[in-house]
Amino acid sequence: MAETILEVKNLKKYFKTKKGMLHALDDVSFSINQGETLGLVGESGCGKSTTGRAILRLHEPTSGEVLFRGTDVVKLNAAQMKEMRKKMQIVFQDPYSSLNPRLNIEELISEPLLVNKVYDNKKDLYNRVHEVMDIVGLERRLSTSYPHELDGGRRQRIGIARALSINPEFIVMDEPVSALDVSVQAQILNLMNQLKKDLGLTYLFISHNLSVVKHVSDRIAVMYLGKIVEMADYKDIFENPLHPYTQALLSAIPIPRLDVEKRQRIILEGDVPSPVNPPEGCRFCGRCRFRKEGCSKNEPKLVDVGNGHMVACHLVADK
Amino acid sequence: MDNEKKNLLEIRDLTVEYHTNGGVVHAVNGLNLEVAPKETLGFVGETGAGKTTTALSILNLLPHPQGKVISGSIKYNGEEILNKSNKDMTRIRGEKISMIFQDPMTSLNPVMTVGDQIAEGIRLHDHLSKADAHKKALEMLKTVGIRPERASDYPHQFSGGMKQRVVIAIALACNPELLIADEPTTALDVTIQAQMLELMKGLKDQYDTSMIMITHDLGIVAEICDKVAIMYAGNVVEYGDKVDIFTPEKPHHPYTVGLFDSIPDIYHEQEELKIIKGLTPDPTDLPSGCTFHPRCPYACEECSKQMPKHLEVEPGHTISCHRFDDTKEVK
Repeated sequence: MAETILEVKNLKKYFKTKKGMLHALDDVSFSINQGETLGLVGESGCGKSTTGRAILRLHEPTSGEVLFRGTDVVKLNAAQMKEMRKKMQIVFQDPYSSLNPRLNIEELISEPLLVNKVYDNKKDLYNRVHEVMDIVGLERRLSTSYPHELDGGRRQRIGIARALSINPEFIVMDEPVSALDVSVQAQILNLMNQLKKDLGLTYLFISHNLSVVKHVSDRIAVMYLGKIVEMADYKDIFENPLHPYTQALLSAIPIPRLDVEKRQRIILEGDVPSPVNPPEGCRFCGRCRFRKEGCSKNEPKLVDVGNGHMVACHLVADK
Repeated sequence: MDNEKKNLLEIRDLTVEYHTNGGVVHAVNGLNLEVAPKETLGFVGETGAGKTTTALSILNLLPHPQGKVISGSIKYNGEEILNKSNKDMTRIRGEKISMIFQDPMTSLNPVMTVGDQIAEGIRLHDHLSKADAHKKALEMLKTVGIRPERASDYPHQFSGGMKQRVVIAIALACNPELLIADEPTTALDVTIQAQMLELMKGLKDQYDTSMIMITHDLGIVAEICDKVAIMYAGNVVEYGDKVDIFTPEKPHHPYTVGLFDSIPDIYHEQEELKIIKGLTPDPTDLPSGCTFHPRCPYACEECSKQMPKHLEVEPGHTISCHRFDDTKEVK
């Protein structure tokens, strides 16, 4: 059994709004092993990105623990946290808005190295910058180019290079390919897989695109309205989805093939309810095909139904 | 069913350029396309392939003064519509040809109730009284699955999926013959996207509307389209029946193959995705000859010199690639 690198326990993040408490994350727990990729899927507003950010304390968690190699990240002071962030990094969603437009590539990639005072002389610093550029496949001639001169794929390579520059062990990938065209998306996905192998990285991969998540993940967690509703090996999620929401989500993916047998599409009624003062009981029950009496009263717990396949649903638990 | 197909829309040699400070953008380069009645054409390509520009040219909505149709013809029901006056185009837009714009969040008027926004087009085209137009607007809301009571709400009170329903209601209000849908579900979540696709499929059958579905998602094409046109750098590189395009064993343009290979397959394990090397070309500086040749694994000398013709590899299936030209010796 591989070593657990990250363990999230009962993580909560509430935001105060005019209308009441927004439950962005409610009791989210999971762990990631060394060298593993955990995929986090769900629709907009389900709390995927908040999870990624709360782990790095870019959002201060309301309560809960985030254990990185046994150390509770939430309890660290600013100086300790700065040290910790050398090991935990994040790649942001939109390479068009997450890079400072007034810095060139060299400056962008050297920024994390300067902030963390890794090198005391320019020569070593730029050697490292160029080394990282090679690793992510950015041509050295682009060193002095600015983000606006580059396409989305190259910009995302800068984002990855920034995260990699200080040799982290764990990276949160927050929708790293959703702003990219499919042909470029494929290039970035291959790069990420290569880096993971070469550098022994561990990823939390956040995406709304299920086929992308399946391609990169070892395990997948499905989120709905601030909660994990199902978590399992990537194969189990796709071959044997147990939660009604996961089933609907999977059936909704348009498949670019004609030779697969016609799937039974499950059309969910209505929209995701507001996370402000969310409903009691199971949060999915308003849209669920199988809801029964108890569903709107008691909240289902995430339980292991065998082989580490976790589901939070009364129906599955009763079986 | 009559086999005699008369095309509803026929585009011939369409060339569109944008004149900008950064140079001339060659957005569409000699595009040919047709849409038959009741047919749904999938218009597939990546960012900057010229999909939206083509759609805007059809409706004469290109940004003025940068966007210009340089040459070509667009015939609607056999009638040339490229040189129509603005007044005549106003009659066609909304009534005959309607468009669903990409982003439902920004394509609605934020200071007008959704009921009024739907009624606006109806009053303009169907010459109904205010009250009748409003009644029809309520019906349209019901058709797209929104409670009519919500007609007096403003766009910000709706979720993304509901807004897109309103946009669809506006587009269909005057019962157009041709509906152009520009990435109608890209901004939506998958479960909402599934709802929208079902809705559009149902309405299309109900009203016998022809449709051009602009998308970058081949999954949506597989689901809803009859014909497919694959766009690259302002031109159609492959066109055919959905079955022709989605059958891997049939001949294909190298770009089509690359596009399909780039998508992670949900049914099979892949260690690595096959990628198309390089990037989509800069439309201000397109490569000579075949615009795909710098990225093509089969490129030869011929490709960099001469633009390939559209060759019919089987009835109704055309590919624009030198490899399929029997008259030439190309490997």
